Amino acid sequence: MKERAETPFRFFTRLTLTTLTGLRAGSGRELMEGIHTVPDNVIYQHTHRFLQQHQFLTPEPPNDFAYWATQMLGDEELGERLTSVDTVRFSNLAELRRALSSAIEKHLEKRGDGRAAPAGKEFHFTGAVRFSIPTPHAAESLTEFAEALRKVSIASLYLHIYEARLRPPHVINDFSNWFERELGRPALAKKVAGLDPYTHTLEGLRAKIISFIEQEESHGQA
Amino acid sequence: MARLEEYRPIVGSDTLEELALLARPLAGKSVLNVNSTAVGGGVAEILSRMIPLLRELGLDARWEVVKGGEDFYAVTKKFHNALHGDPQTVTPKDFQVYEDTLDENLSRMPLEEDFVFIHDPQPAALVKKRRALKNHWMWRCHIDLSRPDPSVWEFLKPYVEQYDACVFSAPSFAQKLNIPQMLIAPSIDPLSDKNRELPESEIQAILERLGIPLDKPLVTQVSRFDRLKDPLGVIEAFLKVKSYVDARLLLVGGTADDDPEGAQVLAEVRERAKADPNILVLCLPPTSHVEINAIQRASAVLVQKSLREGFGLTVSEALWKGNPSSPDRSEESRFKSRTSIRERSFTQRMAPPIG
Repeated sequence: MKERAETPFRFFTRLTLTTLTGLRAGSGRELMEGIHTVPDNVIYQHTHRFLQQHQFLTPEPPNDFAYWATQMLGDEELGERLTSVDTVRFSNLAELRRALSSAIEKHLEKRGDGRAAPAGKEFHFTGAVRFSIPTPHAAESLTEFAEALRKVSIASLYLHIYEARLRPPHVINDFSNWFERELGRPALAKKVAGLDPYTHTLEGLRAKIISFIEQEESHGQA
Repeated sequence: MARLEEYRPIVGSDTLEELALLARPLAGKSVLNVNSTAVGGGVAEILSRMIPLLRELGLDARWEVVKGGEDFYAVTKKFHNALHGDPQTVTPKDFQVYEDTLDENLSRMPLEEDFVFIHDPQPAALVKKRRALKNHWMWRCHIDLSRPDPSVWEFLKPYVEQYDACVFSAPSFAQKLNIPQMLIAPSIDPLSDKNRELPESEIQAILERLGIPLDKPLVTQVSRFDRLKDPLGVIEAFLKVKSYVDARLLLVGGTADDDPEGAQVLAEVRERAKADPNILVLCLPPTSHVEINAIQRASAVLVQKSLREGFGLTVSEALWKGNPSSPDRSEESRFKSRTSIRERSFTQRMAPPIG
């Protein structure tokens, strides 16, 4: 266990610009065909960006596809199948795409093509141009880390906690990786890695992580 | 004019920090915005607030307005309606008037800034100068382009495709174009006279000055007197529900320099309003921002019954003020209402929607 890291943790923030594809889907089958063919940035937009944008409410559908299937198509079963695709579990967008597509395919096999969306309620595929920007906030110790964490945006939090899984080292979030590798605190790393994005808002997660750090520090002093 | 710092309690420190991070690589870059009117309408309202904020962030931002005669604005109003999906009779002479007017503007506008944002169809053909200048051009479309009249769209599309990119307000407005298309939701300014908090005493004083009685709940539509805002439809809806709800309908709006139909629509609305003394029609100057704010805050329900809507600033304004709103059928307004209603809870002045 170390008090100060050799490599400071630099907080980045993430901003996205939404792009329009002009592609739309009016049924479950068209949605599946779209998911098969659209570029990765479109899958990213309707899963990761959606999740962060809607972080202020819990529980919330974890992706745009599930929201549309339930609310616009009126197909609750399909909506549930898509809701069960756990966006943040996937370490690459190709696997996430396959899981989404497979969920719709299974539903269509069982229920047939089903209903069509009413006119004007089609699903519009949009993409994302994603920008990661370094912020002025950095930390070498747990105290500095908690202080910086209070100041950064929730977009930064999402980037380091959930989107980190799309980057090497896969599967682990940036905070846990730094706590374990730089400060030798595997228990804290494990607690942060176990946070559930679907039952907390990002502000809730921020508060939780800060409380984990404070507990870690108080145990260290005891 | 509000400084960025004043927005901190509303948007949070993190947002201000991110704005500064984004602006840093653009410091000193010149940015020109061009539209067709300096006052009246949503674009002028957005630019009047956004330009000072961009300048505070270090960008050399400016705003210019194209000049045109009555014939030009009559043509561009036809374009506007046609692009919103309302078929129009557009003649070859109309296209010529449009081209000639923008050529005249091109002769006086250098357009040499690093970035040029052209707003809406009226000045869109200015892009013909782009090839010689080699700077960056963006077309910012504020209207619903989901079902455009082909005669006007086929004329305009070759100009649009000369831009580096275009920006729309809703995903359904996207077109098949050979340039990148972006989605940016326009926004209202919470610190402007139109949206800032007002004390109850000021609201009462303004309504008294405008001669608006408050003895009955006010059902209000705030919008230009424009057929696409369907003010006559609002009156019809009000006449249907008034036997169940004792309320007063207020249609409040103004005119814009680039809207030659406004006076005619206003006259039609005044004529129809004679059907019921509980219908008030108020035409205010385009600078009546604090008056609009007071009216919105005093209203029981805010209606926006547009047949087509590029953005629907008034729906955002109503949601910001916590008023129940009855939005139109347009995609953008419905989207905003859905998402915003999920973000906010309404506790004030609840009343059933109409329309």
